[in-house]
Amino acid sequence: MQTQPTRTRPESTPADGQHAGGVGESAARPDGTLKVTGEFAYASDLWHEDMLWAVTLRSPHAHARILAVDVGEALAHPGVQCVLTHDDLPSRTTVYGLEVADTPALAGDRVRYHGEPVALVAADHPETARSAAAKIRVEYEQLPVVHDESTALATDAPLLHPDRTDGHAAHVPHPNVVHRQPVVRGDAAAAAARADVVVTGEYEVGMQDQAFLGPESGLAVPAEDGGVELYVATQWLHADRRQIAPVLGLPEEKVRMVLSGVGGAFGGREDLSMQIHACLLALHTGRPVKMVYNREESFLGHVHRHPAVLHYEHGATADGRLTHLKCRIVLDGGAYTSSSPAVVGNAASLAAGPYEVENVDIEALALFTNNPPCGAMRGFGAVQACFAYEAQMDRLAAELGMDPVELRQRNALRQGGTMPTGQVVDSPAPVAELLGRVRERPLPPERRWDTGAGGAELRELPGGVGNTTHGEDVVRGVGYAVGIKNVGFSEGFDDYSTARVRLELVGGEPVATVHTAAAEVGQGGVTVQGQIARTELGVERVVLQPADTTVGSAGSTSASRQTYVTGGAVRNACTQVREHLLDAARRRYAATEPVWASAALQLHGGKVTTTEGRPLVGIAQLLAELHDEHPEFTVESEWRHRPTQPFDPATGQGFGHVQYSFAAHRAVVEVDTRLGLVKVVELACAQDVGKAVNPQAVLGQIHGGSTQGLGLALMEEILVGPEGTVRNPSFTDYLIPTVLDTPPMPVDVLELADDHAPYGLRGVGEAPTLSSTPAVLAAVRQATGRALRRTPLRPEHLLEV
Amino acid sequence: MEFLRPAGWEEALAAKAEHPDAVPLAGGTDIMVELNFGRRRPRTLLDLSAISELHAVERTPSAVRLGAAVPYTRIVEDLADVLPGLAMASRTVGSPQIRNRGSVGGNLGSASPAGDAHPALLAAGATVEAESVRGTRHIPVEEFYTGVKRNALAEDELIRAVRVRPAAGPQQFSKVGTRNAMTIAVCAFALALHPGSRTVRSGIGSAAPTPVRAPEAEEFLGRVLDEGGYWESGEPVPPLVAEEFASLCAAACDPIDDVRGSAAYRRHAVRVMAQRTWEWAWAGYRPGAARNDDEGGAACV
Amino acid sequence: MRVTFTVNGRRCEADDVWEGESLLYVLRERLGLPGSKNACEQGECGSCTVRLDGTPVCACLVAAGQAEGSEVLTVEGLADFARQRSGEPEPDQLSPVQEAFNRAGAVQCGFCTPGLLVAADELLERNPLPSDAEIREALAGNLCRCTGYEKILDAVRLAARGAGEE
Repeated sequence: MQTQPTRTRPESTPADGQHAGGVGESAARPDGTLKVTGEFAYASDLWHEDMLWAVTLRSPHAHARILAVDVGEALAHPGVQCVLTHDDLPSRTTVYGLEVADTPALAGDRVRYHGEPVALVAADHPETARSAAAKIRVEYEQLPVVHDESTALATDAPLLHPDRTDGHAAHVPHPNVVHRQPVVRGDAAAAAARADVVVTGEYEVGMQDQAFLGPESGLAVPAEDGGVELYVATQWLHADRRQIAPVLGLPEEKVRMVLSGVGGAFGGREDLSMQIHACLLALHTGRPVKMVYNREESFLGHVHRHPAVLHYEHGATADGRLTHLKCRIVLDGGAYTSSSPAVVGNAASLAAGPYEVENVDIEALALFTNNPPCGAMRGFGAVQACFAYEAQMDRLAAELGMDPVELRQRNALRQGGTMPTGQVVDSPAPVAELLGRVRERPLPPERRWDTGAGGAELRELPGGVGNTTHGEDVVRGVGYAVGIKNVGFSEGFDDYSTARVRLELVGGEPVATVHTAAAEVGQGGVTVQGQIARTELGVERVVLQPADTTVGSAGSTSASRQTYVTGGAVRNACTQVREHLLDAARRRYAATEPVWASAALQLHGGKVTTTEGRPLVGIAQLLAELHDEHPEFTVESEWRHRPTQPFDPATGQGFGHVQYSFAAHRAVVEVDTRLGLVKVVELACAQDVGKAVNPQAVLGQIHGGSTQGLGLALMEEILVGPEGTVRNPSFTDYLIPTVLDTPPMPVDVLELADDHAPYGLRGVGEAPTLSSTPAVLAAVRQATGRALRRTPLRPEHLLEV
Repeated sequence: MEFLRPAGWEEALAAKAEHPDAVPLAGGTDIMVELNFGRRRPRTLLDLSAISELHAVERTPSAVRLGAAVPYTRIVEDLADVLPGLAMASRTVGSPQIRNRGSVGGNLGSASPAGDAHPALLAAGATVEAESVRGTRHIPVEEFYTGVKRNALAEDELIRAVRVRPAAGPQQFSKVGTRNAMTIAVCAFALALHPGSRTVRSGIGSAAPTPVRAPEAEEFLGRVLDEGGYWESGEPVPPLVAEEFASLCAAACDPIDDVRGSAAYRRHAVRVMAQRTWEWAWAGYRPGAARNDDEGGAACV
Repeated sequence: MRVTFTVNGRRCEADDVWEGESLLYVLRERLGLPGSKNACEQGECGSCTVRLDGTPVCACLVAAGQAEGSEVLTVEGLADFARQRSGEPEPDQLSPVQEAFNRAGAVQCGFCTPGLLVAADELLERNPLPSDAEIREALAGNLCRCTGYEKILDAVRLAARGAGEE
């Protein structure tokens, strides 16, 4: 099948790419030079005169009662300035949380997971603080551990939150269920009877970690008004502040937050880590306090991707049409709510994948357990589902004797199709095309490791320079997968961003200043904001103000939403600035120059022009002439995407997601079938991005997301013992792909505009993380013939041992 | 904490005699991790990085004397001709940055069963030169490992060097990790053919509480080669021999389940590596070199 | 204790250094050079890569006292170092690898960037035209979580090609 996707450009784009560094160009990062010279200030780089270093004492147990805490010896340790425990919390509010405030700022009478913060120490040197923390004596009485579905849902199970009053408490089947979302449509049972083929499977996804490189860090500085300034690496300044202020007993305006350099996030900075702790210590000591987690603490100190067990049943007719889907997805939320409810919503509503299935009976739920808390990570609920439904597609194809890509294409979602939630997809959904694109790509050459005359290039072989094979037992496999991810916040959430844009003359040149609170976490949001301002205001120079809480919320840098929502807000504010400028100009010139009154005008290439391109005046000159009346043009405004609706609690029906994004992968692997070692030879991706606002950054997102998916396929897993303790909190034993594990990743970018979105763009960041994992597993299955129901794959799983 | 930085070897030995609990520090690739994470707080650090003797490689026809602090990078780049197995093992150590600092002396000092150098040292038949103010001991490497992360050093001794005979026959090293680079061994295997003494030696890493040899396997293979006249002929050896050798190597393991791999997998992988490394080694064997006695200087692979 | 060594051509002295402190901590917290990054402090990520007497090492695994009397090059000194090496007269210019990382899109969050730059620059100094496999093996000690390494490889190729054209 040959398809030719059309490259469309939305009508609404005012620019045609002629502005240097405008929308659609691979503009340079504004922070690029600072980052390559080592001058960019990350949160862990901050320094303040007279500052203290603080550390956290954490629970060694997954579940225990705290009987006593003795800080006497720690306080007496020379150099120690402050030791805080739960009893020192200043406010009646002692808990926080993204969706539900159920997480203690410091554990009170009970710890619910390994690594839960119990006490804080501030001292003049990190080693002093560490030594003192080791002297705090905490008396624990260990409690039975809830660690999986059967222990969580037992009738006599210990309840993680016995007095919960959150909005989900009323509808869950057991108090240890955080949230449950069914999605029911059609009649799956009746449809099952019509199926010629039915495949069922149970799949398992391990606990992945975001493993951002910049550890959790920040600097809290007490202020003269009794408030505090917090410089921190986070994904959402305003949500942090909303959670921090009540625990400090301060009004929000006394907690002033500034984003410092963020060394990656991937969801792991959506929940609070050290924010409250550093502020508490700063307010207590009256001195600036710096906290920097080490890697072990980082693994214990942020949420992970929910591990999941997924039961799937698909049916199809002999010609390969899906009849029905029944599935149950059980996510392990760990000890606290975090973003489990939203993860459940995604898993349920996206459980069928990018396929049209009329009859579905879906259930997704998250458990409370004594395992590490799980929350946001790139792909968020959709990653787990994609692993299962794509494995099912391959098995169904095998049962039907069909080509697996063809089976997928036959059932592929298209624009106008209906999701299991009843939502009609009202923008392009090029699922079949994306699959076609990756399949049509030529395969990488075989035996690239063969250097002739019996020699072998180890670096091209499974096992690498470990010298485990010279080609013996090496078999190639090819696998495909495609996925669907929602973009933006869903289920009726008021998802908006705020931008303040100023246009003025600086040194004779028109300069746009853009201020948002959007967290730049590496993705290039700052680049895109500048590009949008250039395109919309026709200027070259754009100044980006640091993100802080003196401007309105931008929402989170997550859910692939920032280019869409904050990009939309910047565009919206720019549009208003432009109109104010043009209005002022019309008032000034229309009487004498009728073209100002009659023509539609735009800002382009440093000039005011008619939309036909006739230049009227330079923007600089215009600003100069208007200066007395308008020294500057400033707009701050909120912008929101069209509203979504909550899912019906019983049926899951509803317009829950504002946009979908799609990516497909083809993985080519070589497997040493005797040692169970895998080398990914190539990982090709095709993704529809609606509009590549910055093509280079788009590729960066696709490559990075694909690689994280590869990691989940082959190596990345937080291992938790039955007693609930994390067994591998280090980069020695939690492995992420190195450059020798990562193959060439050719990418096809489609730009099929979503007319509802600014510039037609589609959120990019998450979709490539979904299909990468199942594509790699599919390729390994093809190479080895093994079922492989679990990810990450370990060498043991490929062998009889 | 005290930080001692002797400028010479004699001074270092004196310091170690005076501070028997001093922790020797060279490349820092193990010790610094423990310090950074507060897992270890020695009273005294004895920095050996300034001692030039420890960075020296002395080659004689009968031995390579490898200073304890010679970094892995140098072994890979300069010693692959005489210590091919160790050079292959060194290439798999950590990252380039780690190989620039880490050394065989450090591997021996830590005596982790996962240390990458150990199997190659065992197969090559290395001797550890342990020295104190009392004198020098030459400890055969298989006697050096006394337990999990324990070694035969007395508390006043430091590792001066490792002595290894230049390879006279093929050597191989193979290591399974769960990643293609920068990975700690799930398990590892080394093999060296010694045509001069008509013997075969092996080394197994991460599959027992200490690095171990597989004596029965070595003996079996040595006997087959000897009795079949293979050392002289260089003829292909029947595949059944490889299988038996591999089984005996697997039987020499005493592995555990841990986060890096299961015991069963380790045993299986050692079997596969033993078979493959033997096949590669034998394919590289040339009878001409057999007449070249072990003492005869550098051979090649 | 007091530690004295040369950083980026300047003699530096740090006082009251704790004996267990790493070179990384001294650079970042005592000498005002936070460019070398603190991602793992266990030698498993390469983000703190500096050159110690010319050799790329993880600064987190060097005890501060071990650096006594040595010459350290960090990312902050890379541009000057490269300029002096090539005999270029122009100050305030990025080194070829820095320029290439910027241009190729090899920088996202940037936390791995300083270590990668020091490692890549040293690779190209030793091997001006490395093969892809050589680049991968030389940079396998530097983890990146954002880019999937594709653009990093592009950047090193670009820097090599640029140097080749000069």
